[in-house]
Amino acid sequence: MEMINVKINGMDIAVPEGSTVLQAAHTAGIDIPTLCYLKDINAIGACRICVVEVKGARSLVASCVYPVNEGMEIFTNTPKVLESRKKTLELILSAHERKCLSCVRAGSCELKQLAYDLGVEDEGYYDGENIDYELDLSAAHMVRDNNKCILCRRCVAVCSHNQGVGVIGANERGFSTHISSAFELGLGETSCISCGQCIAVCPVGALTEKDNTDDVLNAIADQDKYVIVQTAPAVRAALGEEFGYPIGTNVEGKMVAALRRIGFKGVFDTNFAADLTIMEEATELVERVTNGGKLPMITSCSPGWIKYCEHYFPDMTENLSTCKSPMQMFGAAAKTYYAEKLGLDSKKMVVVAVMPCTAKKFEIGRDDENAAGVPDVDISITTRELARLIKRLGINFANLPDEKFDEPFGISTGAAIIFGATGGVMEAALRTAVKMITGNDAGNIDFTDVRGIEGIKEASYKVGELDVKVAVASGTANAARLLKKVQSGEADYTFIEIMGCPGGCVNGGGQPQQPAKIRNFEDIRTIRAKALYDQDASSEIRLSHENPAIKAIYDEYFEKPGSHKAHEILHTSYIKRGL
Amino acid sequence: MGSTISSIPFAGTSEQEEQLLEVIEQNRDDKGCLMPILQQAQDIYGYLPIEVQKIIAAKTGYPLEKIYGIVTFYSQFSLNPKGKYKISVCLGTACYVKGAGEISDKVKERLGIKNGQCTPDGKFSLEDCRCIGACGLAPVMMINDEVYGKLTVDSIDGILAKYKD
Ligand code: SF4
Ligand code: SF4
Ligand code: SF4
Ligand code: FES
Repeated sequence: MEMINVKINGMDIAVPEGSTVLQAAHTAGIDIPTLCYLKDINAIGACRICVVEVKGARSLVASCVYPVNEGMEIFTNTPKVLESRKKTLELILSAHERKCLSCVRAGSCELKQLAYDLGVEDEGYYDGENIDYELDLSAAHMVRDNNKCILCRRCVAVCSHNQGVGVIGANERGFSTHISSAFELGLGETSCISCGQCIAVCPVGALTEKDNTDDVLNAIADQDKYVIVQTAPAVRAALGEEFGYPIGTNVEGKMVAALRRIGFKGVFDTNFAADLTIMEEATELVERVTNGGKLPMITSCSPGWIKYCEHYFPDMTENLSTCKSPMQMFGAAAKTYYAEKLGLDSKKMVVVAVMPCTAKKFEIGRDDENAAGVPDVDISITTRELARLIKRLGINFANLPDEKFDEPFGISTGAAIIFGATGGVMEAALRTAVKMITGNDAGNIDFTDVRGIEGIKEASYKVGELDVKVAVASGTANAARLLKKVQSGEADYTFIEIMGCPGGCVNGGGQPQQPAKIRNFEDIRTIRAKALYDQDASSEIRLSHENPAIKAIYDEYFEKPGSHKAHEILHTSYIKRGL
Repeated sequence: MGSTISSIPFAGTSEQEEQLLEVIEQNRDDKGCLMPILQQAQDIYGYLPIEVQKIIAAKTGYPLEKIYGIVTFYSQFSLNPKGKYKISVCLGTACYVKGAGEISDKVKERLGIKNGQCTPDGKFSLEDCRCIGACGLAPVMMINDEVYGKLTVDSIDGILAKYKD
């Protein structure tokens, strides 16, 4: 790579050609503040909080989009620069509803942190009249509060470019500019897929999930209810971030201990249901391949992806696996099999799910997700909401012992844990499909071609007599690219895995928000995914079909994968929504 | 803020739709195709209601919100049809100091519409405007080509009553 020599605050430094001033400064150990810029998502140079002086330039330049060139002299810390940033920030603050004490982002707000870091003295200096915006409560999964929006447009960019949805954007102009949907419709009336990527990138409290923590506490306080909880694989790889652990720390044991202290009667692992999903899904795949069913078959674990398919590719809903998502399978199995085992009326059981995802809040209200005549899952909270609960109840997370999940839904495999990363479901399914098709386990069960964070991955495998062509996509804009190839006949895959969020659930819309100053220089998806792959590698059992609890549930209840009973309880149907 | 979908029923004809589709066909491969398409669509229909914007979205592949964002950014585009009688209340400086704000509020109250909107019967539409060069008569308003000057809040009912049909 060509290197370029620049001077930053008088220091000589060499950086790769094509770097921005922001990146060069980071290499030199200086973090320039940013607001609108977010790597790989938004580079519009609009907010001008990141300005620096460049020798010879007529005015201050926006470092986030300004490329370096040979011999450039950059000054990041002159009084002129600092004054300009502070004034920019004070202007933003004057149009911002500053209610930090009751703001859900008070602990993670990039604006509040900047005001502190840049030494703002009077946050109300430029205060004037502001528009009073109504909250948008129309969507099942989130709340939009334009009074706190700073118009950075990260949400707009992620929704349109990375997710290929584009239901939010800037409307009107000047003082009246605001983020909303076409014709000011509520988000819930649009083709929003509930992925929550907009929430994950919002630097402030303008976009938040609908908080269901009180519902959890009220259910637990209700003596008539039997409240159990399940946690998705990706939650344990990120929850620690809310308590000061480095990104990528697996806090499974402490998470289980915390859930017990919150008061759940059973603390279970969605991973168990992931293994169940693999049994059903691999069976369905083999079925479709041998009986000429609809191919390619596409995974159905990600409710954001499902809603995207229903809106944008309604002709392909037959390609979706009919398997419920692991979260829903868990609830369905809990309210049938487990309730019977306990001798409990399923109406008294409350299933809470802790998910890295906001679309799960939408999914629990779908039709055909109520195996026992009541919703399979009652309450779905995000990783962030779980952290909020732990803090509110005064649970000293760092000092908790490592505890184990309860049985029977606590036993799971390495195949299940990797569901949380893009490619993981594919790999887990391949491990079991090979066994189902050939009667033997694969010689090497690490299908590394489908790992990693690239948006689209392809591989082909010889399984027995069969050529199995697979593809993996994450982020729905990538999914659209892939499906267009399928529709045009350019590609003929057997099996496709799609996750709604870029990188899969580790980067779900319900995960702890990392600020731009981290995301611009580190790939949180890779670091969190590593925690899951490490757990897989060190698991005693790494194949779903070898999970003893799975064998038991089929022996005692479902007979065999794909049985009539399994179909009634563990499978679902889809809607052709269109736009 | 409530939806901005026009309350006037859409009355586009199949000829208009054919014209629109042709315009889209001619422009859609250009990168900056939305501006020319929207301008011509506005010429065809007189305004850009959701029905028209949805056709443009479906045929160009751009999200509806992107189109709506452009339409609300430029004041040349309108989300509402013009009424049979177009009312413009001048809010230029001279009129404003003489109470044009109250005049404008009174008209809005009488017609039950906001600036830029049209009454559900299609009769009146309202557009605040800047100086129309009749400052000597301030405050003034225009209804189609007719100028009314030295307005008072109490004179509004009588003026509107002239436009019964
Ligand atoms: S968004 Fe940030 S600055 Fe605004 S009220 Fe919330 S914590 Fe405070
Ligand atoms: S939840 Fe996803 S689809 Fe909906 S507005 Fe946010 S980014 Fe767009
Ligand atoms: S809602 Fe959040 S992400 Fe979107 S523009 Fe406003 S502040 Fe930025
Ligand atoms: S202009 Fe650089 S971060 Fe906004």
